[in-house]
Amino acid sequence: MTQLALVIDLNVCVGCHACVTSCKQWNTSGQAGPLFDDNPFTKDPTGTFFNRVQTFEIGEFPKTETLHFPKSCLHCEDAPCVPVCPTGASHKRSEDGIVLVDYDKCIGCKYCSWACPYGMREFDEYQKVMKKCTLCVDRIYDETLDERDRKPACVLACPTSARLFGDVHDPDSEASVAVRERGGYQLMPEWGTKPANHYLPRRKTQISIHEDELVRVDNPLKKEDIRHETSKDVSLDDWLM
Amino acid sequence: MSVSETAKVLTEGRTEVKNTTCYMCACRCGIRVHLRDGEVRYIQGNPDHPLNKGVICAKGSSGIMKQYSPARLTKPLKRKEGALRGDAQFEEISWEEAFSTLEERLANIRATDPKKFALFTGRDQMQALTGLFAKNFGTPNYAAHGGFCSVNMAAGMIYTIGGSFWEFGGPDLERSKLFVMIGTAEDHHSNPLKIELAKFKRNGGRFISINPVRTGYSAIADEWIPIKPGTDGALLLAITHEIIKTGLYDREFLVQYSNSAELVNLDPKSSEYGMFVRAEVPEEEGCFDPQNKLWWDRNSNKAVVCRTKGADPRLLGEFTLEDGTPVKPAFQLLKERVEQYTPEWAANITGIPTETIRRLAHEMGIVARDEKIELPIAWTDVWDNEHQSVTGNPVSFHAMRGLAAHSNGFQTIRALSILMSILGTIDRPGGFRHKAPFPRPIPPCPKTGKSWDDVQPNTPLNGMPLGWPADPDDLFVDENGGPIRIDKGFSWEHPLSVHGMMHNAITNACRQDPYGIDTLLIFMANMAWNSSMNTDEVRQMLNDKDDNGEYKIPFLVVADAFQSEMVAYADLVLPDTTYLERHDVMSMLDRPISEYDGPVDSVRIPVVPPTGECKPFQEVLIELGSRLKLPAFTREDGSRKFRDYPDFVTNFETAPGSGIGFLAGWRGKSGEKDMKGEPNPNQWKMYEENNCVYQYHLPKSYQYMRNWNQGYLQWAQAHSLTRYDEPINIHIYSEVLQKFRLAAQGKSQGKQPPQHLRKRIETHFDPLPFYSEPLESQLSDKHKYPLNAVTQRPMAMYHSWDSQNAWLRQIHTYNFLYVHPQTAKAAGIEDEGWMWVESMHGKVRCLCRYSEAVEPGTVWTWNAIGKASGAWNLDGSANESKQGFLLNHVISEELPANEAGEHISNSDPVTGQAGWYDVRVRIYPAGPDEEKVTFPQYDTMPAVPGTPKRRPWQNYFAGLFTRKGEF
Repeated sequence: MTQLALVIDLNVCVGCHACVTSCKQWNTSGQAGPLFDDNPFTKDPTGTFFNRVQTFEIGEFPKTETLHFPKSCLHCEDAPCVPVCPTGASHKRSEDGIVLVDYDKCIGCKYCSWACPYGMREFDEYQKVMKKCTLCVDRIYDETLDERDRKPACVLACPTSARLFGDVHDPDSEASVAVRERGGYQLMPEWGTKPANHYLPRRKTQISIHEDELVRVDNPLKKEDIRHETSKDVSLDDWLM
Repeated sequence: MSVSETAKVLTEGRTEVKNTTCYMCACRCGIRVHLRDGEVRYIQGNPDHPLNKGVICAKGSSGIMKQYSPARLTKPLKRKEGALRGDAQFEEISWEEAFSTLEERLANIRATDPKKFALFTGRDQMQALTGLFAKNFGTPNYAAHGGFCSVNMAAGMIYTIGGSFWEFGGPDLERSKLFVMIGTAEDHHSNPLKIELAKFKRNGGRFISINPVRTGYSAIADEWIPIKPGTDGALLLAITHEIIKTGLYDREFLVQYSNSAELVNLDPKSSEYGMFVRAEVPEEEGCFDPQNKLWWDRNSNKAVVCRTKGADPRLLGEFTLEDGTPVKPAFQLLKERVEQYTPEWAANITGIPTETIRRLAHEMGIVARDEKIELPIAWTDVWDNEHQSVTGNPVSFHAMRGLAAHSNGFQTIRALSILMSILGTIDRPGGFRHKAPFPRPIPPCPKTGKSWDDVQPNTPLNGMPLGWPADPDDLFVDENGGPIRIDKGFSWEHPLSVHGMMHNAITNACRQDPYGIDTLLIFMANMAWNSSMNTDEVRQMLNDKDDNGEYKIPFLVVADAFQSEMVAYADLVLPDTTYLERHDVMSMLDRPISEYDGPVDSVRIPVVPPTGECKPFQEVLIELGSRLKLPAFTREDGSRKFRDYPDFVTNFETAPGSGIGFLAGWRGKSGEKDMKGEPNPNQWKMYEENNCVYQYHLPKSYQYMRNWNQGYLQWAQAHSLTRYDEPINIHIYSEVLQKFRLAAQGKSQGKQPPQHLRKRIETHFDPLPFYSEPLESQLSDKHKYPLNAVTQRPMAMYHSWDSQNAWLRQIHTYNFLYVHPQTAKAAGIEDEGWMWVESMHGKVRCLCRYSEAVEPGTVWTWNAIGKASGAWNLDGSANESKQGFLLNHVISEELPANEAGEHISNSDPVTGQAGWYDVRVRIYPAGPDEEKVTFPQYDTMPAVPGTPKRRPWQNYFAGLFTRKGEF
């Protein structure tokens, strides 16, 4: 069974927010739109975003890590937002595993956002319905688009290609291979939600230097050795016959 | 809007896709703009564009909110009779009134005293046109923003290796193994660098970031090395010390491709002291290095002409020529210079442990030496030596304003360029690579005017508006050595100010120092806010009047697309278009978007019609140029030469029949020629059909070693990229700087510095890199002001212009001052508490946030978020003005009075680069009774006439947004 998902590579994410606003611009004018903005030009602007980036500092100076952490709906395989929905608006598609909200059925009770342990749902204060990442379901099957474009907007935008998109149930997909080979992990697996989205951890490249690498017979300084003056001291040369 | 309405638009909306070029920052990515019923539906990175290869950033993805921003200016405006500048009280006028006002005023200035017109532009990617206008007008007073941005990076590198970072070159991360980024550099060439950085890391490259702050790209560095601001030069010189000491430099590269082995005259009695010894009386016509210097050959143990076949020069040692002149190779002088710069010494200054500095040097040196790349590409050098391969030492660097925005930045960047050179990484795979039109001679050929003779009424300026001085005689000074330009650029105060000094233009003009001006035209620069140092006082200066009640700057014209803080001070406002509404060129004559493998230029083509009465600034210049009958825009009979800007781009040639125009692609009558050829009437169409971009791929054998690559240099000459096909040898030792020093010492003929500047010139025009503390630090009480304060720019915002953007301002709504917890606690400041940050120039009240990702002696904030109340058509209560702040208030545009003078710019003494990051501060908590808003606060700027309605809420849905007229 297909399970579409994002695999997000924290090793290269620089926190540029390209995924955040490319998602907003695609989805506000798409099937999931419009995405409401409140107080857009005054105090405390706020609005509906399906994707956000949080930044954390880890550790103490100077061993500090700065981590950029993009978050959107994880399309859990055992999605806690689905069974709590009283109207069936929140549902998981059997064909591709995408978790969606049917706005026509949603009554805005917010049970799903209380149930989601990841805080990935966005209540639209204007339409009074719950919204969330759709994995750009209105792009990925659109055959009028070039094949390369049939991906979520965030994936296309990401300047560091930190977002892989694919079927995590297909062991040969780029996403599955990355999860398997690069230590991909799920958020809070202890909740048993089986998030489909995965994250790839930071990896460090070190160079180890051996002391003898600093010593070389072809050290260019040797070319510059200025000839030493003849020794004035007595030497064996003067004695041996 | 209802679900049925959106559903109808989704299925029935008329959609189209148009290609153009982004301008949400200065990267210039290719974009595909999807429209629905005429409204922008989706801006996608163009996958067929060489620069961004389909990706797009947060800013580019938010272009929709810029297009429909309530901050849009849509009508020409003039200040209301009786209203003060800064009040933003305007009335709408017609374009005809705006043009005739300007025409009358400027024609009079041009006929009487052309220096009284000054044109300064925030954008520097339109200089080919703005510079042409200024030159044809005949004013010496023109520059773009480079002086307060990163001119040290351009000058320091171009005066050393003939190219620099960003538009003109960069790190070859595709083949690099070790990449070192020093200082904040996220905002230049951002998408291409992000793409390459990710690939580099995936390929197992090692990324080291040296920066006082760990944000942005530093976050994904394999190692973060915190450093104290302004001390990068000390670090780079200590690394160089260690590399020379351990013999980790690339001797062969230095011998052949730099002046390292060339012999310097060290006879203190000679007028040629410190200059290279020439084999014959030099006939140095043109701006290149003739190959007439000497080497000391180890085989024959005597001096020979450099690059004599079979000779093997000494890099170290001291020698005596036959005529008794004592000489040393330049590299010996470098070695002697860096002997004092031990890692132990640098550790104290930089805060980086000695062992780390030593390890950095070893990592660089060993990777460069032992992981050599060999590409099977045969090429021939300018000395006719044939090479079977191109080799590379895979260590690369990137730096921008973090190094540049210090008053010691020029010499720091010289040190970086020299480090890159001794590692043997210049225009080689895995190291630094040039982008056309670079490399150029050291220094490049263009020169400014040289005296008042070059500034005459009704006559174009004799000289370029900006240039590259090669010796003191190239300075633009009066007979007493005083400045001719209003910003004092190219004067003895800042001789190599190759990008001008916009940051001093307003202060100088108000003080009438060196003289008063009449009309100041500012394009797209927010001089009343974050483009000025000392913002609060600059705002007052813009409003200053003389004893007769006249403004000290009598006429202020602002061309901008948005209601910036600067607009409030204008007498005349010219509404510019957005990038989606205009034609534009990223020209080879300017700052093109070339790739490592060859020249690239590109265009913008309008995808939506102009809003209201907006007019592209280029059209304004063409119209004014025609009305003023400036030669470049006028036929011999005085009639208008160009219909409009697109027509100008198609038909303009640098000289009659030169075949060189603003665009290099599809030249020749039917577009059959590259780079050079007759104007092609269908050129725009051909760009349009080709993703708005023209890319020329050089043959592989021309792609590397271009400073010395015979094939490339001949190609570049044949295509008029360069005048000469002479080698561009690396200036490890800078004779250009030595010439200024000799003048300061009174040892040379020609122009001489005024007495009070001699010592300053002698000190800073050192032919070898040296470390000195930033000028402001030298003049500060460091006990009173113990901390450095710097800014960085968030990746989702660029300059001041994004706070109007409804989406981006939800990401960055206001800014904190980031302080290490120990530093904050010692000052009694709480996390998220109100605090003061104070320098000797001023103080700002702001919010504190504790951070472990900052060096404890540094405090920092995001630039570009704090706004003046009401500016950018934000509501007066917006967080940007109440909680956001601008650090510029504590940074001065002038140094405290010192021996160089009372009003010396707070800039690098060599280049005039604004020393933004030199400021020293102290911090203390705000009192419990103080107002919980940032300080200073300003009266709320009203929305100016013609700006769109500010929506209290919005649901953007392309096809319904503006058409419906509702929210």
